[in-house]
Amino acid sequence: MSMNDLLCKNDLAWLKACGQDHDVVLASRIRLARNLRQQPFPNRADFSQLSEVLAEMDGVLPEIQKAIGQTFDRADMERLTPLQREVLIEKQLISGNLIKNPQYRAAYVSADRCISIMINEEDHLRIQCMAPGLDLEKPLKMASRLDDLVESRLDIAFDEKMGYLTSCPTNLGTGLRASVLLHLPGLVFTRNVSSIINVSPQLGLAVRSLYGDEKEQVGCLFQISNQLTLGFSERELIDNLKSAVNEIVAHERRARKALALYMKERLEDEVWRAYGILSYARLLSEKEVLELLSKVRLGIDLKLIRGVSPDCYSDILIGGRTSFLQNLAENENLSKNETDRLRAQNVRKGLERHRMNPEEHP
Amino acid sequence: MLCDDCGRNEAVVHITQIGPDGKIEKNLCEECAAAYGEFLTPQQRHRNVSMNDFLKGIFSNAPDQEGRRLAGQDELVCPSCGMSYRDFQQTGKIGCAECYRTFRPQLEPLLRRIHGSSVHRGKIPHRTGGTLELKHEIGMLRQQLQESVAQEEFEKAAEYRDKIRALEKELLQKKGGEEYVNE
Repeated sequence: MSMNDLLCKNDLAWLKACGQDHDVVLASRIRLARNLRQQPFPNRADFSQLSEVLAEMDGVLPEIQKAIGQTFDRADMERLTPLQREVLIEKQLISGNLIKNPQYRAAYVSADRCISIMINEEDHLRIQCMAPGLDLEKPLKMASRLDDLVESRLDIAFDEKMGYLTSCPTNLGTGLRASVLLHLPGLVFTRNVSSIINVSPQLGLAVRSLYGDEKEQVGCLFQISNQLTLGFSERELIDNLKSAVNEIVAHERRARKALALYMKERLEDEVWRAYGILSYARLLSEKEVLELLSKVRLGIDLKLIRGVSPDCYSDILIGGRTSFLQNLAENENLSKNETDRLRAQNVRKGLERHRMNPEEHP
Repeated sequence: MLCDDCGRNEAVVHITQIGPDGKIEKNLCEECAAAYGEFLTPQQRHRNVSMNDFLKGIFSNAPDQEGRRLAGQDELVCPSCGMSYRDFQQTGKIGCAECYRTFRPQLEPLLRRIHGSSVHRGKIPHRTGGTLELKHEIGMLRQQLQESVAQEEFEKAAEYRDKIRALEKELLQKKGGEEYVNE
């Protein structure tokens, strides 16, 4: 595994269409925030202190690789070009916060891309573990194991009453942020998403649209995560999120069923039009791809489209992003037209790669 | 008026910079103003209130139950990293682990407002957690014991009681555990 693969390949194991409820839940993610006891938090640390934190973590990395049985790519933010940093953000392997000040910021990304450890982001350590479908247990177990490995070597900032100490008081306690990526075309088309967004704060959860803003939700992708971190155990926080997600999944399936029943022709038309455009268009914008791809995925999940594997979704989701394409072309000054042409080409290839015999469809 | 920097375009932004050399005032065009930092560019102005801004507001507008304390809390400074309570109110970010100890009385009501609680109930680190891990486990078992008594499941309750006794014994053997058990 090399840096080049990390940037140029678009296969992310945690976005594969498998696992529990994968027709609605695309991926699950656990993030633990941790800080070293002796050093000031990154926002108040100077360069020498930040470099010490990084050096300490670099010292633990070989042990982590050995224990997990995977090699990690070490992405040094200072050495990456701005475009390369953007690619990692598009792949959701690092956060925008990590590259605001790239000095002494780094990320360790596992070979299967399911683990990403950010150093000197808002906290000294941000351990992120991902899994496809609705599965918060496995990532939590992995994150906790990584936390144990680090803790066995370094002193972690902890208070008996306040728990794990974090730079922002909103993460205090468990330092845990569990989030789930949802694809909700049914609820978007039947205009029911806003009620879910409005109810979630009462359950201590936050829902946000992954792409776009409040007014416009591009690609029907939503992220739901716990807001509270203190006063509950990790188990309780996850169970609360899971029960809300199960509820949303049930509503989404009901909405899809209603669409298939009452708007069958319109739905089929939308799905096949989207498929047609993605298959043959020569110029595609980023937003257009996200919107059409959502419909194609819906068509595959409803078994309207049978000749393509649902895995084309993650392939095209990442492979259709602007920074990814520019990095692939090794030209960050591509014109919009050139980018859109490359994008359309990449989308067609993506669909081609995942075409299969209709009988094979599960 | 023309821009002080490029001298070509109409100046539309007036900025005051306070640096080591004192106060500098400038009139700039939109293009040159953009170079002075993102916060001056027009896209930023349209942006909605961010989560951070929102939190900052909460932190700085904390209602002070006792007016006396407010006077003192602005001058509180963390001995380890030098952050003052006022810095925290402005940035919404804590400076270091020691800060939490320094500002604990001010932070606790805030934490209750954010999380509804100010007591950690999750994972405990094995090394820096001290005897807390054991204490925590005993606390959990006691709670389960009470629940099972309330539901009249006495066999289960007896199991919990035995487990608690075993753990308390273990705690006694460890340093610093005595006072807890005797409480």
